[in-house]
Amino acid sequence: MRVKVKQKKSVAQDIDIVPQDCKESWVYTNIVKDHFFHPQNLVTDANKISGYSGLGMVGSPACGDMMKIWVWIDQKTDRLKKMKWQTFGCGSAIAATSMLSVMVTEKGGMKVDQALKIRPQDITQRLGTLPVRKIHCSVLGDKALRSAINNYFVRTKQKSRIIEESARMVDKFARVTDRDIEEAVLEGAKDLDAVQKKTKVGIGHPELIPEVEQLIRFYSEKYFG
Amino acid sequence: MKGKGRQIYLDHAATTPTDPAVVRAMAPYWTEYFGNPSSLYRLGQTSKKAINQSRQIVANNLSGQPDEIFFTAGGTESINLAIKGLLSAVKIAEKTNHFITSAIEHHAVLHTAESIKKQNQEVSILPVDDQGIVMMPALKDAIRDNTVLVSIMMANNEIGTIQPIREIGAYLQKLNTERLARKLPRIFFHTDACQGAGALDLNVHKLHVDLLSLNGSKIYGPKGVGVLYVRRGTPLTPLIDGGGQENNLRSGTENVPDIVGLGKALELINKNKVKENARLIKLRDWLIKEILSKIPKTRLNGHPSTRLPNNVNVSILDVEGEAMLLYLDEVGIQASTGSACTSTTLEPSHVIRALGCPYEVAHGSMRFTLGKSTAKKDLEYLMSKLPGIVKRLRQASPVKIDPDEVNRAIKNAPRKIINLS
Repeated sequence: MRVKVKQKKSVAQDIDIVPQDCKESWVYTNIVKDHFFHPQNLVTDANKISGYSGLGMVGSPACGDMMKIWVWIDQKTDRLKKMKWQTFGCGSAIAATSMLSVMVTEKGGMKVDQALKIRPQDITQRLGTLPVRKIHCSVLGDKALRSAINNYFVRTKQKSRIIEESARMVDKFARVTDRDIEEAVLEGAKDLDAVQKKTKVGIGHPELIPEVEQLIRFYSEKYFG
Repeated sequence: MKGKGRQIYLDHAATTPTDPAVVRAMAPYWTEYFGNPSSLYRLGQTSKKAINQSRQIVANNLSGQPDEIFFTAGGTESINLAIKGLLSAVKIAEKTNHFITSAIEHHAVLHTAESIKKQNQEVSILPVDDQGIVMMPALKDAIRDNTVLVSIMMANNEIGTIQPIREIGAYLQKLNTERLARKLPRIFFHTDACQGAGALDLNVHKLHVDLLSLNGSKIYGPKGVGVLYVRRGTPLTPLIDGGGQENNLRSGTENVPDIVGLGKALELINKNKVKENARLIKLRDWLIKEILSKIPKTRLNGHPSTRLPNNVNVSILDVEGEAMLLYLDEVGIQASTGSACTSTTLEPSHVIRALGCPYEVAHGSMRFTLGKSTAKKDLEYLMSKLPGIVKRLRQASPVKIDPDEVNRAIKNAPRKIINLS
């Protein structure tokens, strides 16, 4: 019953659904790839670091991303002279921190006030976008930078400039901020269901859930280890 | 792979390449013998014969009868049909049905469990021990008067742990005799054998299973085709209604080439199983030993010996899996990770978590699954690259996990039955 069928040597060439670049395709853009494989301003030995102006750290290994940022600031010009970092995280997290370090130190260094205004989307834009489900991996860099600059304000006793990280709107529909989520966790809400019961965050807007869950885990780690 | 240098595929648990002999067996059924098996003329009957031949091969390999073999469009469908089909076919007067499964099942089972829970059925999820083996005492505790189905996977897809299916099956069989006397419903037993089919004995009588799912894409067969073994007398409601194919259980014109390919693949697998298992176990144990001895702060996930011959799963502390995966891809090695960053949610592997491992251990888990084409030199190549990659990423990482803390966390994990309600 079996019949031998002659097969063409290269069937794939005739078929137009074979992706043109199927051997080369990468989930990230070339800029991301470049920063991932050749990270800029990376610290390889944290013990050897000294003389920095400020140090900041955010995230936790449990939530999959953790970042440590050191900054050197010229007090006279109020510009960032140097930024060094370490990151535990995936490709996007590493590339995003590397790009951030380039952004704040290029062209003679960014003004401190300007650096404080950097948002995750500014970094993503410079990276030439990230896959949607990876955006959350890039949201810690700017926070770590602000925390490092704040640490510099504290160390240099610039009291008027010390910032309490203001609440950030997580769910504009339910008008829930990260502070609200922090408060809910402190009040004993340990999972999404419990936090949603307290805040209604993300209900009807499932696209917000990943970030909410990250915040819940982050604050749980922070307060309950 | 022109111009790309060496390519080493170590992700056979994700899917296997289709064996050229399987492709050859399928070839006539695309253009030449394309008839609809339901058609009465000879062209149709040729297709029907081919399906029945394949059904006979599958039956032989499972030690079942041909009328107990049903073809589906894959492992996920077989599993859905087994669980949803049985739970809706069994009716207990004025009571909901109770379903028991384990915490390390594939999402095809766990998400089906969530879905049936939403239809007001009761679901219990069994814990596993620190090596990923389902805890028998928990199973005994979980059984209720209205339990009608237990589903435990034959071998885990992530950590390769082989489950005590025979023991569970024998226990349920004995229990069913007692339950019959007490006029309690019979408990049916399903096993998801998708990952185990390439290496383990699929004799349904020795396993004491009523339902068994397997698919083509993990055994060097085609993708998009699966089998559900249904022991005679097991009630099932179809998920797909239509022309009444597959004895009314799975309507839709049969996927003749894939069905032929699946039969061929299963036949080939069983012919070489013993020899191939022995070869793979040697390679597996060599790789495990190499990783654990050459890379500091690593731990094996799963059981050291009660595991699939082709599965190596290790957690490499202080680094994140996706980053390792990308570096390995750059040097031509394809592997897999349980890190959240490769999933669609922020949750890392539920299997590694079920072992009792903290999140950070799951984020750093790497799975290497070997296959027919894997040779010692491929693993040597992996070991020439992996330690350097880990070292580099560790240098860049601010995280320093204490392995003792990890061990404590695993030891103190709660390991409770989770009841969805």
